[in-house]
Amino acid sequence: MAALVPEVLTSTHVEKMNKKKPPKRYWEETENTDQRRPEEEQGTAVQNQNKSTVKERSLKRKNGENLEKKDPFPGEAPIPHKQLQKFQRGEKYKVPAGARRRLKEAIISSEAMSELAQKQAARYDLLLPEDAGFLEGDEDEDTNTISQDDIADAVDITSGSKYFNLHLSQFGPYRLDYGRTGRHLLVGGKKGHVACIDWQSKDLMCEMNVMETVNDVKWLHTEAMFAVAQKRWLYIYDSKGLELHCVKKFNDVLRMQFLPYHFLLATASATGFLQYLDVSVGKEIAAVCTKMGRLDVMSQNPHNAVIHLGHPNGTVSLWSPNQKEPLVKMLCHRGAVRSLTVDKTGTYMVTSGLDRKLKVYDIRAFKPLHSCFLPAGASCLSLSQGGLLSAATGDIVQVYQNVLGSSPVSKPYMAHRLRGQIWGLAYCPFEDVLGIGHGEGFTSMIVPGAGEPNFDALDTNPFRSSKQRQEWEVKALLEKVQPELIGLDPGQLSKVDQASFEQRHKEQVEALGFDPLAKDKFKPKTKKKGRSSAGAIEKRKRKVAHEDQRDEIRQTVQERTERDKEQKEKSNEKKKLGNKSTLDRFRK
Amino acid sequence: MKVKVLCRNPDDYVRETTRDIQRVPRNYDPTLHPFEVPREYTRALNATKLERVFAKPFVASLDGHRDGISCITKHAKSLSTVISGACDGEVKLWNLPRQECLRTVQAHEGFVRGICSRFCGTSFFTVGDDKTIKQWNLEAPGYGVREEPINTILGKAVFTGIDHHQRESTFVTCGQTVDIWDEQRSSPIRSFSWGVDSFSCVRYNPVETELLASCASDRSIVLYDTRESAPLRKVIMQLRSNTLCWNPMEAYYFTCANEDYNLYTYDIRHLDVPVTVHMDHVSAVLDVDYSPTGREFVSASFDKTIRIFPKDKGHSREVYHTKRMQHVICVRWSADNKYVLSGSDEMNIRLWKANASEKLGLLSTREKAAAHYNKKLIEKFQHHPQVRRIARHRHLPGDILKQKREQREMKEARRRREQNVRKHSKPGSVPLLTEKEKHVAAVVE
Repeated sequence: MAALVPEVLTSTHVEKMNKKKPPKRYWEETENTDQRRPEEEQGTAVQNQNKSTVKERSLKRKNGENLEKKDPFPGEAPIPHKQLQKFQRGEKYKVPAGARRRLKEAIISSEAMSELAQKQAARYDLLLPEDAGFLEGDEDEDTNTISQDDIADAVDITSGSKYFNLHLSQFGPYRLDYGRTGRHLLVGGKKGHVACIDWQSKDLMCEMNVMETVNDVKWLHTEAMFAVAQKRWLYIYDSKGLELHCVKKFNDVLRMQFLPYHFLLATASATGFLQYLDVSVGKEIAAVCTKMGRLDVMSQNPHNAVIHLGHPNGTVSLWSPNQKEPLVKMLCHRGAVRSLTVDKTGTYMVTSGLDRKLKVYDIRAFKPLHSCFLPAGASCLSLSQGGLLSAATGDIVQVYQNVLGSSPVSKPYMAHRLRGQIWGLAYCPFEDVLGIGHGEGFTSMIVPGAGEPNFDALDTNPFRSSKQRQEWEVKALLEKVQPELIGLDPGQLSKVDQASFEQRHKEQVEALGFDPLAKDKFKPKTKKKGRSSAGAIEKRKRKVAHEDQRDEIRQTVQERTERDKEQKEKSNEKKKLGNKSTLDRFRK
Repeated sequence: MKVKVLCRNPDDYVRETTRDIQRVPRNYDPTLHPFEVPREYTRALNATKLERVFAKPFVASLDGHRDGISCITKHAKSLSTVISGACDGEVKLWNLPRQECLRTVQAHEGFVRGICSRFCGTSFFTVGDDKTIKQWNLEAPGYGVREEPINTILGKAVFTGIDHHQRESTFVTCGQTVDIWDEQRSSPIRSFSWGVDSFSCVRYNPVETELLASCASDRSIVLYDTRESAPLRKVIMQLRSNTLCWNPMEAYYFTCANEDYNLYTYDIRHLDVPVTVHMDHVSAVLDVDYSPTGREFVSASFDKTIRIFPKDKGHSREVYHTKRMQHVICVRWSADNKYVLSGSDEMNIRLWKANASEKLGLLSTREKAAAHYNKKLIEKFQHHPQVRRIARHRHLPGDILKQKREQREMKEARRRREQNVRKHSKPGSVPLLTEKEKHVAAVVE
């Protein structure tokens, strides 16, 4: 306090002593350095002004006047266009010409609201806590030459422990599946070994041998249940390995896909059937006979829940449970399709076939984007959340970057050699990890940049407690999407239905059981008394019935007769002319 | 080699102690939330179903009257007090939260035709079949003291309705004429008549307080300005209007309850055509009252139902009925916009929720937010056939349903007949009239 008092008293004196520049503010500096700003010219001018006004300011301060500080960045902070684009939902709705006032107001206000929501969501991106992983080689070092051991050594211990091998040579080769939260791993060996593991803590949840061939394994909506496609039937077990159901309606299942928002387990069988099991009520929703033979290539489109099946004749067909025919059938390969996968936005599909080609398709337009030739061909494909493609070529797993796009595939981003044939490939959601099931067991491989760094805890939370999981399960079941809503465009419901009048009328007729607009056929009354009998009325009516049509017919008949007349006259004249012979000119 | 691998510290994502709330990091990236529209639609469908499940509008029945209820009025100041009059001349004061009768007054001999409370909330007026106007204190007399009116005015003819001025000590009654009274005098300071023998209802405009509207038995609705000597204008309709009510927010609109089963909203600036025709009742409409927000009104009908109409819609959004409720004579919307009171022939006053599925009592913030979200969802998907079907469905008693069908058929037949007449007459001689134009006979200045 003692130090402060004299300062207050001799304030003018201090002012004179400190004839320094005012402390530099960060914005002044940026104005100097930032050359790209359009206000640059103005900025320097303002700068000069600032310098000149320093004295005035100090004077003003002395006089105790309120100094108006100008905001150096007026208005709200700009949002990068790309970020805004990410949250754009559909096209902006324009007010149609001739719209009524109320409609106009409604459209304008709803557009303003959605724009605000979009901006706020885009701004929120700044607050996301995690960044995606990456791997960069030194100069003239290929990233695909970096071994997993090197990566595991270079990163921290927790991340390093994500590279591990499970040596299970007895019951291999293995299929695998990660749960939706990415914490739980399910592996199933061809010879009957099934195990589920909390792979991050390496905690074995259950392990058993079903004493039968295991074709595929799949987690259901939570880590409490999983489905195993065994030699004959489909079985459902809980996380302790207890058999809950044996679904005998589903036989000879080869591949399974779980549609989490619909609670549907889609299975493809050796007999050519595609079946849908609603796991919330335990009912078979649809069974489609594809008539395409053995179905052992299957994938789902996470964007619209359409099932993609690959066939031995090189076609890929797209299915929904509402239709007995495929939604789309596309010829992708010369030779059988070996594997296929779809990216999370539902834009791209990657397929590989026996012709040893890897093809990328745009499945909104159903057009091939590019293809490349892999010498060994790819037996398994998988796309990560980050857009990395992994392909199992023989006993090597190759990871490609920037596959989804127009640029063709060049060299792999990463590669890893394993022992034995690769049977299953899956990226772990929200982690930089690729799980590989092969003949000698299971390998978890670190692939930096594969996972989505920031999860949404209301949707999938890897750190959720059991209470949270229960809450989530109830909510998810409440908003279970009905299987009828599966189609190529999931946003169809929000669009204006411009069904034609005819179609609407047809629906109405179907709903009512009769046609409300149809005219009743005349039924003559059986009238006994009176002169004017119903029959006479009917006869009289018939005389004047269809007056308009009669008029029209009369008119057309008249026109036609006139036309004929004219033509006749013309032809007569022609005839007259045509009767002249060449010798007539010699006539006198 | 530069490498970074995703590695999350669980401390950043898990709550610190069990007393803490759970951490919920969000990421609004649309690719992490597939099936946005179908999920929202499912939610909207669920919300619609739940709204119907929770639609239990009946709150309480106030019984105690010994004859049919003829009129109800709200207390001017207190939300919890309601005054009702019955056909045996009894007037009762009710406490709504406790659902009990506070006081009973034998006010008149014969019907109590009208009640209105004074704007200050200290007294109320009643008119009855015994040709008297009585002013009563709203506070109960002391123990052992007889119930006596403060003031009694003996009129020449039967009064059928009464309404009090918003700010001044004048009131208006109707009977054979429309009379304006000063509270201090025993004879009317002014009386209006326009060639009719009786009026059924008279109401002061809540905003333009010198303006009056009344329903007369010669099928007309007459407007008056108390500052002028003669009535302003009248509109004559096809059938008689029973009561009318001013819109408290847009006081240039009023709605009248008509004998032809419809309600008509008029703009006093353009009386020649009603703004809206509200149809749904299947019998004469007996009473109407606006909500204090002026966006909706409730109507009581002889068909034993009450209906709630949005002010600008032609059809009702809600219908209330019970097995025991008979012809509803009077209806009022409470001043807090939450409840509707109906008085009916079988001696009961019923308390209904204005919004059938609303939860009563204190709501937590999350409950409020959820209710708000559900409302918005239903609004967004209201035109989807499934949602609309569920949201629109109302159970109706069998006889009302039957009458409704019958009337639809009759209407259709009338339309067809008119069409046929038009087809077979000289073009232009049978003009096309809209529903609005049909019901007005004339406007007299």
